[in-house]
Amino acid sequence: MAARVPAAVRPRPAHPEPGPPARGRRPRRLPAVRTVVIAASAYLIAVLFLLPYIEMLITALRPQRELLDRDYLPHHWAWSNLTGMWGAGFGITSSLRISLEVAGGATILVTLVALPAAYYTARHRFRGRGAFLLLVLTTQMLQPTALIVGIYKEFLGFHLIDTVWALILVNAGFNMAFAVWILNAYFASIPPEIEEAAMVDGSGRMGVLLRVTLPLAAPGLVTALIFTFIAAWNEFIAALTLTTSNSTIPLTVRLDSFIGQYTVDWQHLFGASLVATVPVLILFALIERRVVGGLTAGSIR
Amino acid sequence: MRHRLEPLAWLGPAVALIAVVVIWPIVTLVQTSMQNITPIGVTIGSAGAANFTKLLHDPNLPGILVRTVIWVIAVVALTMVISLGLAQLFNQRFPGRRVTRWALIAPWAASVMMTALIFRWMLQPDNGAINIFLHQIGLLHQFNSNQSSWLGRPDSALAWMIGVAVFVSLPFTTYTLLAGLQVIPGELFEAARIDGASRWRGYRSITLPLLRPAFVVAAVINLMNVFNSFPIIWEMTRGGPGYQTNTTTVFMYNLKESFIGEAAAMSIVNFALIIVIVLAYLRISNWGRAGAA
Repeated sequence: MAARVPAAVRPRPAHPEPGPPARGRRPRRLPAVRTVVIAASAYLIAVLFLLPYIEMLITALRPQRELLDRDYLPHHWAWSNLTGMWGAGFGITSSLRISLEVAGGATILVTLVALPAAYYTARHRFRGRGAFLLLVLTTQMLQPTALIVGIYKEFLGFHLIDTVWALILVNAGFNMAFAVWILNAYFASIPPEIEEAAMVDGSGRMGVLLRVTLPLAAPGLVTALIFTFIAAWNEFIAALTLTTSNSTIPLTVRLDSFIGQYTVDWQHLFGASLVATVPVLILFALIERRVVGGLTAGSIR
Repeated sequence: MRHRLEPLAWLGPAVALIAVVVIWPIVTLVQTSMQNITPIGVTIGSAGAANFTKLLHDPNLPGILVRTVIWVIAVVALTMVISLGLAQLFNQRFPGRRVTRWALIAPWAASVMMTALIFRWMLQPDNGAINIFLHQIGLLHQFNSNQSSWLGRPDSALAWMIGVAVFVSLPFTTYTLLAGLQVIPGELFEAARIDGASRWRGYRSITLPLLRPAFVVAAVINLMNVFNSFPIIWEMTRGGPGYQTNTTTVFMYNLKESFIGEAAAMSIVNFALIIVIVLAYLRISNWGRAGAA
């Protein structure tokens, strides 16, 4: 009788024969379920991360009289909110212009200042190089928040309160480190022989830099530009401290001033937030893979 | 041969910018902390250490210091633990991974003050989306009640703000850990698995130790960011009621409105605090390594 029991049902011998261990040798096709579980949890988490911004969109499109309703979604979609919010009374248009000037100005200044520094430190060993890089790292570790009282007193003395220049300088100063690290890494990865070969071909040093080196470092440069622009665009505490007048506050400070009012125009507040957020999300997605390098390179060295 | 002053021409602009935006403010900060300045901004003269003694005797300070420590430790610890899980998840291969990773960066790319404002709106006592949800699942009994006014009570306000701070810190931390995971050779983990180690055992004794450099860098950067964090508390409670949700950073800003000398003193104490916090963390993490070796 015992001999007819199918092999699969037979009790296993207490001591398995020597050979490859059974564990870790499960059939390869089985993890399909695992992949499904992993993908499902990842999708769920992705949606959770987007929910606040979906609520931003929904509120931006809520009609005024449905603002206090207890519903996730409005009954009518007020697309007119998105056109109405540009009226002079809200100050969103002028603040958006200021934000563009600050972010654009800081980006240009960072480029002008970081490009030569990053190139020179990547190509040459000289006295003071280490000290310079340490100084750059320190600026990255410090934040405008930590120094805000000193920054305020300084710019008060310079008569630069309520000017775009103050915000351009502060934003450029605190984001320069990121640009230096990422450009430095790109320049260091370009063999000097390529530049020398171009020089032999008769180009001047500047010509080589502009036509050979810079295009090769383009991904790093684009990352640095976008990162600086976003950081300056989103910056809050320096702007809140250094600008007060209605005509010089950038968008972040404008939205903050909405909160102090007796009735908060939530739909316009989030309409403007949406306009400020969507371009930034797209820009950030373009550089997403390279940002971590710029933020941590200094500390890893 | 290169001229000795050549580096100056290339690095000069960068050094000048750092001097104007970082070094000068530090000098001004130290000066201001020792000056007697009236609320309307007139400097009367030297204050000696008066700003510091006034600050240290402020009856609000002990509570604020305790809250700052809770804030920093809670936010950074939760961020690091959750990010370890997220990094592990988003390091797996599955269809649509790029899109989900893209969704993950939203709180990183968006302005923190705007993210804080949307949470403030979702926590409105009468009709906030979070309260609607909590009501649906039975956790909230009544709208417009003491319970639904999460930001009106110091304890629940702090808890929610810790949550928002974790939310905005997760993307950077997860991405840093993902970058760390990518340089760990997969064969090591595979070898441990073939030798019969469980997934968890392989993670603990192979992946986690090799992830250490990325983990420490992310933790230190988070410590400094969270300590200096201002927009979340400012937009959600303004530090209120009273001073009951102030951290030292928010308190420094509140002091600046009328007592700029004392605010400068607070900034200098903040410097000391963050140095102590980071050194303490590095000490603890090194001690952990020495114990494991």
